[in-house]
Formats: sequence, C-alpha cells, structure tokens
Amino acid sequence: MSNNMYCAHRDPDKKGKEEGVSRRDFLGLAGIATAVVSSLAAVLGLVRFTKATVHYEESHKFKIGKPEEFPVGTIKKLDDKKVFIFADNEGLFAISAICTHLGCIVYPTEWGFQCPCHGSKYNEDGKVIGGPAPRPLPWLEVSMHEDGNVIVDAGKEVKKGTKFKVA
Amino acid sequence: MSESNKNGIGKFIGNLKDIINFLPNTVLRSKTLDSDKTKAAVMVNNFFLHLQGAKTHINTLRPAYTFGMGLISLFLFFFAFVSGVFLMIYYNPSIENAFNTVKDIKYVVFGGNTIRNIHKWAGEGMILFVMLHMARVFFTSSYKKGREFNWIVGIILMVLVFILNFSGYLLPWDQLAYWAMVIGANIAGSPVEITDILGVTKYFDFGGLQKELFLGGTVPGKATLPRVHFFHVMFLPVILIIFLGIHFWRIRKDGGLTRPEEFEPRPSDEKFLAPPQKKGGLFPTNKTYGLMELAKGRTPAVNNDIENAVLSWPNLMWAELAVFMLTFAGMFVYSLYIDAPLRELANPIIPENPAKAPWYFLGLQELVSYSAFMGGIALPTLALVALALIPYLDREEGYVGVWFSNTQGKVIAFLSFIVGTAALIGVLVFIVNFGWIRTWWPDVPQLVIIAINPGTLWVGFVAAWSLMIINKTGSTRMGAIAMFVMFLVSFVILTYVGTELRGPNWDFYWSKKDWPVH
Ligand code: HEM
Ligand code: FES
Repeated sequence: MSNNMYCAHRDPDKKGKEEGVSRRDFLGLAGIATAVVSSLAAVLGLVRFTKATVHYEESHKFKIGKPEEFPVGTIKKLDDKKVFIFADNEGLFAISAICTHLGCIVYPTEWGFQCPCHGSKYNEDGKVIGGPAPRPLPWLEVSMHEDGNVIVDAGKEVKKGTKFKVA
Repeated sequence: MSESNKNGIGKFIGNLKDIINFLPNTVLRSKTLDSDKTKAAVMVNNFFLHLQGAKTHINTLRPAYTFGMGLISLFLFFFAFVSGVFLMIYYNPSIENAFNTVKDIKYVVFGGNTIRNIHKWAGEGMILFVMLHMARVFFTSSYKKGREFNWIVGIILMVLVFILNFSGYLLPWDQLAYWAMVIGANIAGSPVEITDILGVTKYFDFGGLQKELFLGGTVPGKATLPRVHFFHVMFLPVILIIFLGIHFWRIRKDGGLTRPEEFEPRPSDEKFLAPPQKKGGLFPTNKTYGLMELAKGRTPAVNNDIENAVLSWPNLMWAELAVFMLTFAGMFVYSLYIDAPLRELANPIIPENPAKAPWYFLGLQELVSYSAFMGGIALPTLALVALALIPYLDREEGYVGVWFSNTQGKVIAFLSFIVGTAALIGVLVFIVNFGWIRTWWPDVPQLVIIAINPGTLWVGFVAAWSLMIINKTGSTRMGAIAMFVMFLVSFVILTYVGTELRGPNWDFYWSKKDWPVH
C-alpha cells in the first residue's frame, strides 16, 4: 500500500522523510484499518446474533418402551422419531431413517432402504449401495433408563453392529 | 380587469378551477409538449423519466434487438411486488398459521387466488425473462465497452431472483415448503463433506454454520419460518431494488443500450428523424452550468452523438407502454387460468415421492442427485463465476451490438449447440442405463464421487470445448459463445430431464403414465 493517495504534497527533495510512513500516511492508514476492523467486528456480531443460542426443539433422546415390546424379529419404524428399531438374537439396535444425502426419510424395502428424493439405496445394515448418499445410515445409541424403558439417542452415533443386549 | 383590482376570492376561485391544468404542469415541469425542447425537458426533469435519455437511438427501439426482455423482467418484478404486498395482509409466518392463511387466501379471500397466482407467475416469469435477457445481452456482445461491471450487476440480480423465488415457496408451510427447507438446509450444510475429508469439521464447520443460520436450529420449525419470511419480504427485495437502481443508472451513464457501429436507418424511420424544431427552453429555471461540462469524451457531443436518435418522448414511452401492457395482459390471463400449486400441510414424517422442486430448480436437483456438494454448491458457484467473468476474459472490441457477432459466431453457436446437446444426452443415457461409480464399487471413497461424477465431467467438457474453440479460432469471443451456448443447453436439458423424465425415487421414466402406482 505504498501509493501516494495520502501524500500528494510530498516534497521529493526531502529524502529523509521518504523512508518509513509519514505522519499523514500513518493517520490515514490507521483510520482506514480501524474502520475495516470495527465493521468486520460488527458483521461478526450480527452473524452471531443470527445464530440461535437455544433451540426450542424436541430432545434427541427418547424412550421407546419396555424391552418386552420388541421381541426378536421386530422391525419397527418410529415415524415421528425417524428411526427404525430392530431386534434379533444379539439384541436391540436402532438405525436412523434420515437419508445422509440431503435429509429425506428412507423407507424399507426387501433389500434394505430406499430414499425417495434422489434415489439413494442402502442395504439392511445401512450401507450405501447406490445413489448419491455420502455416508451410511447411522446406527444410534440404545440404552436402558432406570425406569425400565429403552432409550434411543438420535444424537449419538455408534459403530455399525453395536447391539443392545437386554440383561 | 387589471391584477390589482381583482379581488382575493376571485383569484382563489380562479386558481381552484385551474388546478386541473396547473398541477400536471408542475409535475411535468412544462406547459406544453409541442416542441423538441419541451419534449426533451420532460424527460430530463422527471425523476423516473430521467433514467432514460432525452433521445433514444432507433436501434434501441427495434423490438428484435432487445425483445424488451429486461423491461419485461422489471415489470414482472413490479407486479410481484404489488401482489406480494397484498398477500402480506393475510399471510402469517408461524408454523401454526402459515398453511391456513395461505389456504384462506386461495379459497376464501376475494380475488385471493388470482393475486396469489399473479405473485407466483410473475416471480417465476422473472426467472425465465431474466435468463432470456441475459442471453440477449450476451449474444449482442452488450457486456463490452464499459458495460463489464453492469454485466456483473446483472448476474447479482439473477441470483437474487432465484433466491427470492426459493424463499417464496418456503412460506406456505406445505409439503413442498417443508422438504425444500430440509433439502436446502442440507445443501447449505454440504461443505461438511469437504471439511470431513480434510478432518477440520471440529474446528471450522462452515456447512453446519450455514445450515444453522438458515434454519435457526437443526430442523425446519418455528424458528425457520420467521427468518425466511423476513428474507423474502424485506431483505432480498430491498437488495434487489438497490441493485436495480445501480443497473439502470449504469445503463444511462454508459450512453444507453449498445448498438451496431454501422447503423443504417430504414426508410420507415424517416418521419421520426425530422430535423429538430427549436422552440421553448430546455430548462425551466436558470442553471449555472451545462451538462456538457460533465460529459465524458474529448469534446462535448454537439451534432454527432444524436445521429439516428429520436425523441424519447413520446417514442420510447409508447414502446415501454406497449411492453408494459403486453406483460400485464400475458401475466393476468395466465394467472386467471393456471393455479399456483399448494400441496398438503407440511408433514415432517414423510416426504412426497418424488419430492420435486419447482421447474427452475430441477436441473440443479438432477445435479444434486450425483453429489450434494458438487451439484448443490460447487458447480453452480463455478458456473456463476464463469458467467460473471465473461467480460473480463473476452475483451475483444468488435461486433458490439450485433447478434452472434459474425458468421463465424453463428457457426460456433450452432456447433456448440449440437455438440453440447449430444454430449450431455450421452452422459445422461449412460448414467440412466449403467448407474455411477457407487453402483459398481459401493466401497469407493466419497471423495472420488465428489470429484468424478456426471456433473463435474460435463463441466470439465464444457471448459475443454471452450478453450479448444479459443485455440482454434484465436478469438476469446468465440470461446465465450461456445461456453454460453453450452450453459444454456445444460440448463434446458437438465431442467427437462428433472421435470419430465424423473419419477418416484428419482428413477427414469419416459412418461408420467409409467410411474408405479402405490
Ligand atoms: C432483475 C433482473 C433484471 C432486470 C429487471 C433487468 C433490466 C434491464 C433493462 C430494462 C435493460 C434495458 C435493455 C433491455 O430491456 O434489454 C437492461 C440492460 C442490461 N442488462 Fe439487465 N436486467 C436484469 C438482469 C440482468 C442480467 C441477469 C444481466 C446479465 C448477466 C444483465 C445485464 C444487462 C446489461 C449488460 C445491460 C445493458 C445492455 C446494453 O447496453 O445493450 N441484466 N437490463
Ligand atoms: S435425500 Fe436421500 S437421496 Fe437425496
């Protein structure tokens, strides 16, 4: 930024003063820098304002009922929670029904899950076998509440194959 | 009766009677419009009219030069604005009420359905005409000779028009709105695919931030609708109006529209080009300086600049009025017969199948069905940047104001049209029949799909083709024509495929009749 915008009257004979920044340049640059920095700070503050501090949304964690309600062989879709609950000999497990592509709700088929929106296909484990989905359907954490109800936490992903054995 | 012995009441009555004559004079700042000078003055002295010159070049008035498409876009915006203000009287942006208030407008309010249709079709019409207008500006090389920046302003306007339409159809809180919010938010969030691969999502989750700012949470809900509403009715229109102001101001400062260097008036133009009749003053008040002191160029334009130009009042005014009336008639009749859709109430449990956006986004939806990040963010951004940079990459000076520049331009445009259509249809036929990488090797890393998918291949092809044309012809203008034609080809073909040939599960169907029933 060494142009002459702020020093039109600079005297070319005064060599000594040419080096470094003159007082006039300095004040000009400092003024501009202050304006830029403070505007940026204001914009950042406004962006932060726009980002909600509290989300008034349903909890990720919810009870799905007593273990007896899920005998071996169960395949159940909890529509409003957007999860599938399965039970086999090794235990209970939950797979998200939210397509990892752009968030539509998948439906079960003979071979796994199909997304209606852009054609993503998953096998029974939630692994992508076609379409644009970037990631497998997440397996969700299943646990037991002290009152004897099974809890699913849709906010917590677990490793594929993790099943919850009811003691 | 002399002035002095006229009584006060008489004067008052006289003024009262004369209001009907005097008021228009004060508005137009002129008594009679009977000479060239007074006709020029009317243009110069009126706030709205002075956006246009006192004289207009004949070429500008030729319907087949502009087809009036910029003007049509402007008038459609005006109609959308007015109808939108009326919709606001009933609409309520809360998830409890939004759907019901829209239903109320559609089924109960007097004229509500028509006003809603006008709003919808004027808005969508802007998409169509803004793109046609851009094509006209492009093919007549009107982005040159000082108009480079106005082309960028135009691109900004086009983006604003798209976002305005998008935010608009989120408002009714029906199935379309809800799932468009879900999909839109996740597209906004899709940079997470990249930050995930780089392993920096923990520190800087740009996608997540965008999604959150859009939704006001993690899912569409009561925090979302008010902010979308604010954007649609306040923020975006205000920004659009500001940019429209800049757009028009620049057209004026650039000396009106482009025109060919060699222009021959037709015999039928003669009667408009009559020699000036000088009578009356140009300015009603005394001015201390003349406009020539501000004029650009070496000498003030004395007699040469206004060659082949006719008085704007009334010639341009008649032309604009005609476009206005045609636009209004077309939009109004269309709105009387064709209803804007309203789907069922938003149902977060199940999306429609297929869940289709309105037509102008179905090309993007097709791209998104290859890769969310590429199709939804990277490629559209790339296309917009490429379009915006056209005036900066092609600075050849000739042929401004001439459709397709010259014979070579027509040949290149035609060739690019054929090659582009064939190549793109080829790509589509391939994926419809054989699927894509994930179908063959499910374990391939996501990065490969992001990088190599039908969308990126196609864009790579367009870039290569345009560079090849530049190389072969030695002309950047020819390269620009090649690219622009292919851009139009992709928009049209992808939109057609998304609209007509995609059915449930985004599978391919030749016709809606073949869709499975369920
Ligand atoms: C809301 C959107 C827009 C409106 C209302 C609008 C309106 C107009 C109008 C009324 C004109 C006068 C000439 C004509 O009617 O063709 C014009 C000229 C122009 N527009 Fe637009 N426009 C819009 C978007 C665009 C876009 C998307 C571009 C290009 C990317 C663009 C670039 C230009 C340029 C460069 C001119 C000057 C043309 C010349 O000198 O011949 N505008 N615009
Ligand atoms: S949202 Fe499932 S494929 Fe796009």
